[in-house]
Amino acid sequence: MADSKQLYQEVILDHNRKPRNWGALPGATHKAEGVNPLCGDHIHLSARVNGDVVEAVNFEGESCAICKASASMMTTIVKGKSRADAELMVQEFRDMATGKLDPAGPHHLGRLTVFAGVRDLPTRVKCAILPWHTLHAALNAIETTSTEAEADPMHAPIGGA
Amino acid sequence: MNATNAALRSEGARALDVERLRADFPILGLQVSGHPLVFLDNAASSQMPRPVIDRWVRYQTSQHANIHRAVHYLSETATAEYEAARRTVRAFVNAKEDREIIFTSGTTDAINLVMQGYGRKFIAAGDEIIVTHLEHHSNIVPWQMLCEEKGAKLKVAPINDRGELLLEEYRGLITARTKLVGVTHVSNALGTINPVREMIALAHEHGVPVLVDGAQAAPHMKVDVQALDCDFYAFSGHKMCGPTGVGVLYGKAALLERMQPFKGGGDMIVSVTFEKTTYNVIPHKFEAGTPPIGQAITLGAAIDYLTAVGMDRIAAHETDLLDYATDQVNRLPGVRIIGTAEQKAAVLSFVVDGVHPHDVGTVLNDEGVAIRTGHHCAQPVMQHFKIPATSRASFAFYNTMAEVDALVAGIRKVQKLFG
Repeated sequence: MADSKQLYQEVILDHNRKPRNWGALPGATHKAEGVNPLCGDHIHLSARVNGDVVEAVNFEGESCAICKASASMMTTIVKGKSRADAELMVQEFRDMATGKLDPAGPHHLGRLTVFAGVRDLPTRVKCAILPWHTLHAALNAIETTSTEAEADPMHAPIGGA
Repeated sequence: MNATNAALRSEGARALDVERLRADFPILGLQVSGHPLVFLDNAASSQMPRPVIDRWVRYQTSQHANIHRAVHYLSETATAEYEAARRTVRAFVNAKEDREIIFTSGTTDAINLVMQGYGRKFIAAGDEIIVTHLEHHSNIVPWQMLCEEKGAKLKVAPINDRGELLLEEYRGLITARTKLVGVTHVSNALGTINPVREMIALAHEHGVPVLVDGAQAAPHMKVDVQALDCDFYAFSGHKMCGPTGVGVLYGKAALLERMQPFKGGGDMIVSVTFEKTTYNVIPHKFEAGTPPIGQAITLGAAIDYLTAVGMDRIAAHETDLLDYATDQVNRLPGVRIIGTAEQKAAVLSFVVDGVHPHDVGTVLNDEGVAIRTGHHCAQPVMQHFKIPATSRASFAFYNTMAEVDALVAGIRKVQKLFG
């Protein structure tokens, strides 16, 4: 198992200490809750979608550093994107975290490649993916989601609940 | 430090030669992330010393065949060794008879055996089962399943904020409808040692049998099932330097004889026809199919090893480790110990302010330190303390004070990284 020094690099620690877009979003049009009861990550996502554009996404909750940093970076990168682009990034992030997408190849994840190392820490993959799973849930009017059991990203396709 | 621990401490004159014992454990020489392994996850599973590994190898190289009633040499040898292991277990827990020792696949399997064999036969609608707030899921879920099936009620004996069982409240839960009590001897999440002898006595005043989950106790202290007077006692091989895949259910003979079988199949029968099948006597009634033969024999070797080290000396050294670790961790600002009972086994659960246990565990792993993080299959315990998870260091007799220092240094590194 790889060590975590690569994972806990400065940008992730920074987003953990000072998460961006923290709190409930006023005028939110879409909301979802993401919970991993097995590890205790619990986040609430609120988004404002105008037509086809994801104008803003906020989050809050209790979670480990990986989950919080992933959520924080997600809310900054998804802001202003179309729904289709946001959903594409959800898929690409999931694939990167599970080792199916090469961070050196073509993708739309930008600086999110800092999370590529999580593919070598199987027990932390769900922590990184939960915010993205929750965003997908919010955009598809699913109230509560998780990355456990049937929704385990290592087994289940991301479409649907 | 209470009186029992102080008495154990005085055993220090014959203290363990821990370094010499560590040399018996090949895996303790491993390097992890460029550091020597510091294995502090013993409550989850323990390591196996060379003599016990060798016993398993000897079984497979010169003694293995399926057991019971074959007339060839290897089968007779394997049978003899398997039954010798049963006698070893009997002596280890001071059971009255060999037939009161049933080999299972582990503690969870043993508890499910009691649920199916005793619970499904004797518990009916309106009956009550008492467990405690400290239980591992394996001593909760089978009873929930039984209560749902039968329309029985599950009652929970509460704990205080030190993680101690409230004995008076427990006593108040026992009624004329109580049919079983399930209690853990030692809490895997907090290390609390429960007053099981008193709890059993109180239950017996009402004619209620008691099942004790001894998974975290049997490896770390002397267990005497006759002195406890428990009706059932369950524990696992892999938590006491033995292999995975084998555990023990002790049960009083009179009780086991009245119970219905758990699994049906070979060896648990006397005769089979499609008209009628008659069951075997105990313990065979509860050992259907080919048992974990090599594993049981290896468990016997593990018991021999632990007995040679001395359960009292093991308890004394682990008490020293716990005291030192508790003192050191208490000195760390921003770290809170969860589970501060008067009587504790060598388990230290803690939370680091502002840092999730998973992050604590991941950073510690980089220093070669293995702890467990999460809810430890004891979600009700976590709910009581209103936390999702803890970081847990759990000690065995082969851990050292220097390893405690490594744990503490690792926690300091966590705080520095996330500060």
